[in-house]
Amino acid sequence: MERIRLLLVDDEEEFVNLFVKRFNMRNLDAFGVTSGRAALGYLAEHPVDVVVLDVKMPGMDGLAALGEIKKRFPTVEVIMLTGHGSLKSGVEGMSLGAFDYVLKPFRIDDLLDRIRKAAERKRLMGE
Amino acid sequence: MEKSGHSGLKLTIVAAILAFSLIPLFGLGLFFHIQFTEAFEEKITRTLRIMVEDKRNVVDMFLNENVNQLRNIAYTHTYKEMSDSDYLAEVYQVLAATSNAFVDLGVFDASGEHVAYTGPYKLSGLNYADQEWFQNVMTKGRYVSDVFLGHRRFPHIIMAVKRQEGVQTWILRATIDSEMFTDLVRGSQLGEFGDAFLVNQNMELQTQSHGAAGVMEKAVLPRQGRFPGFRMVEFVENGRQMIAGVTWLQTKNWMLVVAENPEEALSPLVGVRWRTFGIVLAGALIILTGAVLTASTMIRQLNEYDRRRAESDAALMQSSKIASLGKMAAGVAHEINNPLSLIRESAGWIQDLLTEEDPEAIKNFGEIEDSLAKIDKHVERARNVTHRLLGFARRMEPMQENVNLNALVDQTVAFLENEALHREVTVERRLDSNLPLVTTDSAQVQQVVLNLLENALDAVNSQGRIILQTGYDDREARISVQDNGCGIPKDMASKIFDPFFTTKKTGEGTGLGLSISYGIIKKMGGRISVESEPGAGSTFTIHLPLAAEE
Repeated sequence: MERIRLLLVDDEEEFVNLFVKRFNMRNLDAFGVTSGRAALGYLAEHPVDVVVLDVKMPGMDGLAALGEIKKRFPTVEVIMLTGHGSLKSGVEGMSLGAFDYVLKPFRIDDLLDRIRKAAERKRLMGE
Repeated sequence: MEKSGHSGLKLTIVAAILAFSLIPLFGLGLFFHIQFTEAFEEKITRTLRIMVEDKRNVVDMFLNENVNQLRNIAYTHTYKEMSDSDYLAEVYQVLAATSNAFVDLGVFDASGEHVAYTGPYKLSGLNYADQEWFQNVMTKGRYVSDVFLGHRRFPHIIMAVKRQEGVQTWILRATIDSEMFTDLVRGSQLGEFGDAFLVNQNMELQTQSHGAAGVMEKAVLPRQGRFPGFRMVEFVENGRQMIAGVTWLQTKNWMLVVAENPEEALSPLVGVRWRTFGIVLAGALIILTGAVLTASTMIRQLNEYDRRRAESDAALMQSSKIASLGKMAAGVAHEINNPLSLIRESAGWIQDLLTEEDPEAIKNFGEIEDSLAKIDKHVERARNVTHRLLGFARRMEPMQENVNLNALVDQTVAFLENEALHREVTVERRLDSNLPLVTTDSAQVQQVVLNLLENALDAVNSQGRIILQTGYDDREARISVQDNGCGIPKDMASKIFDPFFTTKKTGEGTGLGLSISYGIIKKMGGRISVESEPGAGSTFTIHLPLAAEE
């Protein structure tokens, strides 16, 4: 089975680095960026299956980035990360086309589950 | 209760009502009093004048008739006949049969000798040549005396006529019955303290008066010179104020006085005066009671309004405090969640790395795993805390229920109805009866409508007009609050929803009302729009989405 190509977007660099390492160790093809714009730039040049996107970021925030990603790369699945705990931004993200949302702090295996489901969906949609 | 700030206002209201009611009432009372007094005085004067003139005619006629009668007797009988006392007595008998004016008759010769006499006194044989009346009748031919004592040493009035019978000159004299004359002067029309009498030019009484002074004494009356017609005079008799009508007789130099006690004459007026006073007093009492009751009611309503407003202010303040607390809790939770995530991921990474190591090769492998498990456990514990905080923040968010906006508007208007009435502001409702139920938080929407309504009341001041309207289209329901007040200047329109922005005087507004209102409605997925024309008024409209947001 093909490795899932994952893009992590969060403004906290240490957080991104840790994740990339942990997901790579779990047999994912993970890459991290620290802003919405960087994410769009990366997506333009690399094929990605799932994007894990933090809602609260300086500059272009998660919801804006989600809208842009869904517009330009409709097949890419997005999972929202929110530290706010407010269902509102999560639900808002879903209504804008996100696959799912996860409240911080989470267990990596939970997130991995959802990433796999998202990748599965992308694969099914692509067929 | 009424001690709160409005006691001065209560006094002002009572004073104003009293001033504006009592001044006309007292004015009216005074006007009636003056009118009645004038009318009565005029009536008394008229009555007295008629009485005085009638009586004067009667007295004049009496004197004239009796002098003439005496003259007729003198000219129809000779001196010879009349100087006989028996004959004279017979003549007197005939005279007394037709008139009771005289008490005696006497005949005198030219030398003043009393030739014959018939009557109750012993006067025959006396000489009268040096008596004043005798000299007067000898020169004038006929004479009516003032009251004098004469030979009989008793006050009396006589009338006498002279007859020239050839060479013989003689005089016929009669004494006037003073009791009868006094009765004639007094008449019968006088009240208890009324009086009528005659005085000569020295103001000496010629007939009996009710006053202390007897006949021939000075009357207690200001001296009056002879004048034509009628005059009103005031004087004090026996300590009693009297008014009198006076006139001079035509036949004799006597003045007729008809006196009345004004208290007696004016007694009907006194009655009217007391009744007027009573009515004015009763009116004043009713007005006073009404003023106090009205003022108390107004102050009670004002206090009630103050109390309610304080409550609603407190509720608004409370809700804004809770809202900021919720916001703070959410912020704190978010700020803690991020580092918690990092801690968990760092621990997780160590865990990941450990899986690649040989547990046997690492001396404290078990301890490290234990510690990592503890880190994860306590991150979970902290996470529960932050999620509870976020749950609290969420509870501050709107409740969702099906709300009838028309009923909500009715309730809110009822809340401020007294205040609107007090400020003479008309509050009109134009509610769309087909308005569907809206899924929202009724308490919070009501708070916003209340806030807009209070602003409108402040904007229109008194005698303004506020229109509350509800309506909807396929996307949203609307509640608008329109006033015809001062409006919002163009340069301020963009700032009105800013926190702490206010156009009210310092101390009157907190400036939180509109910004909080805006926040509440925005949280519900709605918005507040405003249209305003400076000088013409403003319309604030709450837009609420018809479809539930979540």
